[in-house]
Amino acid sequence: MRHLLSTKDLRRDQAIELLDIAEDMAQVQGREVKKLPTLRGKTVVNLFFEDSTRTRISFEAAAKRLSADVINFSAKGSSVSKGESLKDTAQTLQAMGADGVVIRHSASGAPFTLATSGWISAGVVNAGDGMHEHPTQALLDAFTMRRRLHGAASRGKALDGVAVTIVGDILHSRVARSNVWLLATLGAEVTLVAPPTLLPVDTSTWPVQLEYDLDAAIDGLPDVIMMLRIQSERMNAAFFPTEREYARTWGLDDERLARLPADTIVMHPGPMNRGLEISAAAADSPQSTVREQVANGVSVRMAALYLLLAGEEGD
Amino acid sequence: MSARIVLQEADIARALTRISHEILESNRGTQNLVILGIPTRGVTLGRRIAANIARIEPGSDVFAGSLDVTMYRDDLSHTRTRTPGRTEVPASIDGATVVLVDDVLFSGRTIRAALDALNDIGRPRIVRLAALVDRGHRELPIRADFVGKNLPSALDERINVHVREVDGDEYVSIESARGEA
Repeated sequence: MRHLLSTKDLRRDQAIELLDIAEDMAQVQGREVKKLPTLRGKTVVNLFFEDSTRTRISFEAAAKRLSADVINFSAKGSSVSKGESLKDTAQTLQAMGADGVVIRHSASGAPFTLATSGWISAGVVNAGDGMHEHPTQALLDAFTMRRRLHGAASRGKALDGVAVTIVGDILHSRVARSNVWLLATLGAEVTLVAPPTLLPVDTSTWPVQLEYDLDAAIDGLPDVIMMLRIQSERMNAAFFPTEREYARTWGLDDERLARLPADTIVMHPGPMNRGLEISAAAADSPQSTVREQVANGVSVRMAALYLLLAGEEGD
Repeated sequence: MSARIVLQEADIARALTRISHEILESNRGTQNLVILGIPTRGVTLGRRIAANIARIEPGSDVFAGSLDVTMYRDDLSHTRTRTPGRTEVPASIDGATVVLVDDVLFSGRTIRAALDALNDIGRPRIVRLAALVDRGHRELPIRADFVGKNLPSALDERINVHVREVDGDEYVSIESARGEA
């Protein structure tokens, strides 16, 4: 693997291999010495043009636990605010000898441009681009599901037949898109639940079922229910009347939580709007994997960095 | 390319039985004994040694696991990305006598990586090395404590170890690049 830009072009065997390597990485996280010497001497640049705490910290922890040197770059307070182009920023990184670039950008396709333009020779990891994809989030979600479902026997397994319901702001969500492609590749059956205003215009080519009624979806007894954040920073139009109405119709409240089977996994990519798309009781219930997702994120990102950066260059 | 078989299945079994006895002799029994095979074939060989030990000293409890060294190799950036193997170690190896098991001892670089990996897991009292075949050509000051067969070889020859659990058949052969065995 040279770059990790999207889950759409990830083959099933590649995805399973990455998840298996993440299992090895998770094992290392349980040791006294949590560090591996694998990427010693390599430099990873976290290039964040958009705000993020958990993803950036997670990538930073992952790179450091593989002994890589990490340079953090955020657009605020950098030359980008003086109007520097992506190309010039990239070439600066190239001149500094970056082996890997983790990029988050508000423009869909920015990581693809960085990887294919020839500006840099580093491996590129997409850490979220616009409304396109966020592949490591989908991989850590799949990893979390696999661990909850199969426990210690997770290695080598996919998610065949697992019923996953994704609820909320599908339209603006790169997490949902990456999950749709990856889960389909791994054999899961995905249902999207959202108000019609928060669904993309054309989902006819997506490998999903559509549902507008959350209560009907819950009656379908899903194995996994994933609540997405209402992205108020992207809510520049009237997608739903009020937050209270959204919470009542499409939020996972206490009553809906009680109707879910006791072994249904409740997921949320974070950060959560408690009381809006998910109630505090649902977020903190034993069924919730919110904190596991964060811990697993480091293991999955270590696996991704290993696959991209450990081997021979030009591999 | 021609391959010459140097150890048959029965020879391998006899060598592993002898190694098992030697391990017990040097450790004076089975106390604190942890056998860690290096993936892939070292794991199989390690399990067989542990099974032998259980047969020789009934009632003993020897941990047989694996130690993957992929993340500790010094040639990672010179080869294609490898898929790591499994690491299965006891909860603590502090104070244990760890016997590393590998199929072929060659440059010694795998064992160097294994020692580093072990160092990150804990602090064994003693680390020993068992190899089914020692083919020479060491590049580091490392030697085996228990050897199945010393097999002097030329650098351009290949040593193939096949074990039934992994390959379906079982033998050790030496393959010459020049066409004569």
